[in-house]
Amino acid sequence: MNPANYVVLAAILFSLGAIGVLVRRNAIIVFMSVELMLNAANLAFVAFARMNGNLDGQVVAFFVMVVAAAEVVVGLAIIVTIFRTRKSASVDEPNLLKY
Amino acid sequence: MTEAVSDFNLGETIVFWVCGGLAVLGALGMIISRKAVHSALFIALTMINLAILYVANAAPFLGMVQVIVYTGAVMMLFLFVLMVVGVDSSDSLVETIKGQRFAGLLLGIGLGLLLTVGIGSALTTSGDIGLTAANDAAGGNVQGLAQLMFDDYVVAFQATAALLITAAVGAMVLAHRERWTPRKSQPELSEERFRDGGHPGNRPSPGVYARHNAVDTPALLPDGSTSLDSVPGPLRARDDVRDVDPADVDEIRELTKGVDS
Repeated sequence: MNPANYVVLAAILFSLGAIGVLVRRNAIIVFMSVELMLNAANLAFVAFARMNGNLDGQVVAFFVMVVAAAEVVVGLAIIVTIFRTRKSASVDEPNLLKY
Repeated sequence: MTEAVSDFNLGETIVFWVCGGLAVLGALGMIISRKAVHSALFIALTMINLAILYVANAAPFLGMVQVIVYTGAVMMLFLFVLMVVGVDSSDSLVETIKGQRFAGLLLGIGLGLLLTVGIGSALTTSGDIGLTAANDAAGGNVQGLAQLMFDDYVVAFQATAALLITAAVGAMVLAHRERWTPRKSQPELSEERFRDGGHPGNRPSPGVYARHNAVDTPALLPDGSTSLDSVPGPLRARDDVRDVDPADVDEIRELTKGVDS
């Protein structure tokens, strides 16, 4: 066993998040999948920091968390606003724009 | 090929497989579960397990931040929004693009295979220097992170401060709803209540004839008939109002015969 396993785990979680974004149609679940992808990237950063004996990776992971928190706040506010006007949280609804 | 220097001991191996497995299970559950609330709880499980993996990876500070920020703040925000948007907002099964679900699944699995195989073969000879030296040089993990954050990365740190304030203002602007009509005053409300179709006072309370106290039992009017007004609306809508036993009504009439009403 070596810490590269953490990076492989991060890759698996990232692809699961990507599948969630591609397959699910509920905007909130799509958003959760994006969060999962961010978390997987964080895990890779932390594992690389440990493999290289360098704390910079952990600092970057911390910044990713801060940016993700800000992104969640704005994204959820947008979802709530769209739900108020459209009464739906499905990402397929905006396809009505093409008519 | 020499064996990489590693402090990956048996305990950490067990932690990796248990927590890593639970994290993957949580991610799978999030994708599969039909209800958004279940998805939120599954992803919270994943995030807690990732926090444990951070601690195992010599990042105790990030582990705590993960628990506080992600499972504590972000996931609870998700649950709040689910309450606002409606818990039963499940997926529509209509595909706007034909075959999109299948193609997405295929592409996602392909991405996963490419990533895992590529990374797995690229990192077989990678070292494991460990963070003991880096942490000891600064006097601890938190101190080391603080030194980097307030020294090398201070500009990025300031930028995140600006970002957080902008996000807070943005959320307030987006979630704010302008009130177009003036708030109703108390006289207006009471007038509305007395207008036709309204009910001026309290409605009769259910089950008042001393045989039942369940809310699905309607109150009795003086002539022995029942008053549907006394039963809560949802029960009436579901047709769950209990029938009154005529024997009970007769018994009460017998009991109150001599009493002046």
